[in-house]
Amino acid sequence: MRFTVNGVEREFAGDGDMPLLWYLRDHARLTGTKYGCGAGICGACTVLVDGQPQRACLLPVATLAGRAVRTIEGLGESGLHAVQKAWIEEDVAQCGYCQAGQILAAAALLERRPDPSPEDVDTITNYCRCGTYARIRRAIARAARELSAK
Amino acid sequence: MSAAAPQVSRRAFLQSSLTASGGLLLQAALAPAAFAQDATAPPNPLGLYLRIEPDNRVFIGARCPEIGQGVKTSLPMIIADELDAAWTDVTVEQLPLGLDFSGATPQWRYGPQGAGGSTSIPGAWSDLRQVGAQARSLMRRAAAARWGVAAESVATQDGHALHPDGRRLSYGALAAEAAALPLPAAPVVLKARSEYRIIGRPQKVVDAHDIVSGRARYGIDVYEPGACTAVMLRCPYFDGDIAGYDDHAARAVPGVRAVVVVPGPKPGEPLTANLATGIAVVADDTWSALRGREALRVEWSRGPFAHESSAALDRQCGLLLARTGQIVRDDGDFTAARAAAARVVSARYRVPFVSHAPLEPENCFVHVQADRARVIGPLQQPAGAQRAVHLVTGIARPAITVEMTRSGGGFGRKLTNDFVAEAALISKATGLPIKLMWTRSDDLQHDFFRPFGHHELVAALDAAGAVSGWTHRLASASKYYRRPNMKPEDLWTAELYPDDFPARLVPNYRLEWHAVTSGIPRGSWRAPAHTANAFAVQSFLDEVALAADRDPLALRLAMLGADREFDYAQHGGPKFSTGRLRNVLERVAAAVGWGRALPKGRGIGLAAHFTFGGYAAHAIEVEVSPRGELAFRRVVCAIDCGQPVNPLGIEAQMQGGTIDGLSTALNLEISIEGGRVLQSNFDGYPLAAMAQMPRDIEVIIVDSAESPAGCGEMGIPTAAPALMNAIHAACGVRIRNLPMRDQLRDALRA
Ligand code: FES
Ligand code: FES
Repeated sequence: MRFTVNGVEREFAGDGDMPLLWYLRDHARLTGTKYGCGAGICGACTVLVDGQPQRACLLPVATLAGRAVRTIEGLGESGLHAVQKAWIEEDVAQCGYCQAGQILAAAALLERRPDPSPEDVDTITNYCRCGTYARIRRAIARAARELSAK
Repeated sequence: MSAAAPQVSRRAFLQSSLTASGGLLLQAALAPAAFAQDATAPPNPLGLYLRIEPDNRVFIGARCPEIGQGVKTSLPMIIADELDAAWTDVTVEQLPLGLDFSGATPQWRYGPQGAGGSTSIPGAWSDLRQVGAQARSLMRRAAAARWGVAAESVATQDGHALHPDGRRLSYGALAAEAAALPLPAAPVVLKARSEYRIIGRPQKVVDAHDIVSGRARYGIDVYEPGACTAVMLRCPYFDGDIAGYDDHAARAVPGVRAVVVVPGPKPGEPLTANLATGIAVVADDTWSALRGREALRVEWSRGPFAHESSAALDRQCGLLLARTGQIVRDDGDFTAARAAAARVVSARYRVPFVSHAPLEPENCFVHVQADRARVIGPLQQPAGAQRAVHLVTGIARPAITVEMTRSGGGFGRKLTNDFVAEAALISKATGLPIKLMWTRSDDLQHDFFRPFGHHELVAALDAAGAVSGWTHRLASASKYYRRPNMKPEDLWTAELYPDDFPARLVPNYRLEWHAVTSGIPRGSWRAPAHTANAFAVQSFLDEVALAADRDPLALRLAMLGADREFDYAQHGGPKFSTGRLRNVLERVAAAVGWGRALPKGRGIGLAAHFTFGGYAAHAIEVEVSPRGELAFRRVVCAIDCGQPVNPLGIEAQMQGGTIDGLSTALNLEISIEGGRVLQSNFDGYPLAAMAQMPRDIEVIIVDSAESPAGCGEMGIPTAAPALMNAIHAACGVRIRNLPMRDQLRDALRA
């Protein structure tokens, strides 16, 4: 079966039950997507599938035929995406481990809601164990301004 | 650490040399013999501390592990400032473990390398500034020689030497000449505070670009050639064992290479290596290893703690507190003060076991070979990792190399190198290079949990409403777990810090401890006992104020009294200043508008505490709906950690500590049933996500010339009591039993 990851065609013939997370990390060596719980709760493994944020730890590779996966490594088409830049500007990261998932969740939110309210931002349920939530909010607001100015 | 704890070398601090590219390399003066002889040694192009290249790029080595506390940014800032480098020219690279074993005792080649106890900054403050200052001295003398002027007349700025007539030379251009000069014979005079250009100014995380693009390397991202992935199934019962197992189905899973038993320590043995007996499945990739583990059939023997439960531990605490325990501090005569009191106030608080749950679970790459081993991982104590591998393999420590990746959090969990020992045992048994992965379930079931305890506080008030007597009685399972060499009468020292507030501020003051028997592993959880004790003490102060009809802020200020210093013999000393604690409290109170009239259902709570050399306070304003829904209106905290090194990093640590304190107080408990932990993923251990947390956390950083303390732990202890004081002020419900969960809702419905 075939699908794309960051625009690159991939062919997979292994165990279709393997979660996308482990395919990305162990096989495609795209290690920006992280493991945090394997249970769909923490969001460290967030990727975009056809533009929608999904928990890669719960997504068997077999379900991906013909679909387009985007990971943190492929978020910025050329250089960094506005959300990534805002993350640097607001100095969001502490340990940084959750941040790829947070950035993808935020990028997907901004696609849906270019000017998100605080309640819209609350719909992001990704954990940050280091507690960077206040700066994540600021970074989302900054990215929203940047994107709307374009 | 043991008697052979590494020493910081004072013999000869630095040496300088020329790099192959014509740059200046400044390094500690020990010969890197142990690494040089070892073919597997990681390349160390950086040298030890500092390298200045002819193109003026400055490379600074980060010696401490980066676990999210920001030292990879803040420690190099200290060097760069004294050097007068331009921060934009600086590249920071992680140093591996540098222990030199050529002398009688091991020596830290780069200085102490650990992440714990908020010690990195205070430990580095004087030596790293000296590194930068000596390099700057070389640059000035090299420039002076080039220009034929006196070195004293050469100024420096942004990586350049400045001639009195305005000419400039970059450090890079001077590097080769500087490398030929002798180092200053005596320590160089350091900058005055007013001359800092990098210290005290906000600097962003040095790895930010790599982090946001998914390129930063964590332990889980280590993919060494030929390495297999291992996962383990560990005995879930405290000190239990394997009664029998069948691994046929596991071995039949495609991709599984080996199944090996990993024996744990016997009950009562000291904790030096791994924690629990288990079975490891080694496979080509993570998914195969996980599927192999699922196919294992194991029968466990439940061990000596099979009857332990959270309810039984609560009963045990109740029985213990009905008796008199070990009196560990006894100033004046509390019994007499109590007898003479106009009023006596008392309350009991319960603090549960909690887990560290770093978002990156434990993992480690280890390759054990006949006469050497290599370790790469997310470590908080790399020297301990080396020791653990030595203990389980017998390989000499100088032949064990240790590299630190970034770590996706630590919070104290990765201070213990049990997972490193496991990986070494598996690598040794299979002969394969192994990346051992822990799942979240492994992490929550096999942690070294923050101790649980019941706290009883009693205050005697005199006729004027002043606190004349105070006692804090604690029944807890000591953090000192599996320390057979420790005297039982010393176990309390991990639980009560006898010089903490309000010692010496109340004339009749007593601390009493009771040992709870429990088989659950315990350890250091960010700001160890401060989180439990500050919760009890700072909650109780509000209860005392209420009973005495006094304002909670006024009562605290009256107890702190005039600005003075007391000796503080525990970690974070040697002094405790009442004035500095008072200041942070007054700052948050002023910022939040303490004393203003609030609408119904709103309340403000305060708390202040001294943690590991830093002074912190919180003021939290909440709204509680009639149905018991909680909303944060305002959260302000203040920190005095001495000279601020990186204000942006300090703000981050205080915000993160606040979230940690609030999330834990609201939601989190590890509970025990049948001699094992019940929680096995985040569904049972729900960290707070964004929606439940304050939208903003304001941080006041006190400007101070005092020598800097760390700040990784100061933000936690006061968050929970400030919240519970705010909730009480808002609706009259006092939460004494953590976590809060539905208690507020239930109380208001009743
Ligand atoms: S790892 Fe997928 S949600 Fe936690
Ligand atoms: S930055 Fe550490 S988990 Fe979010």
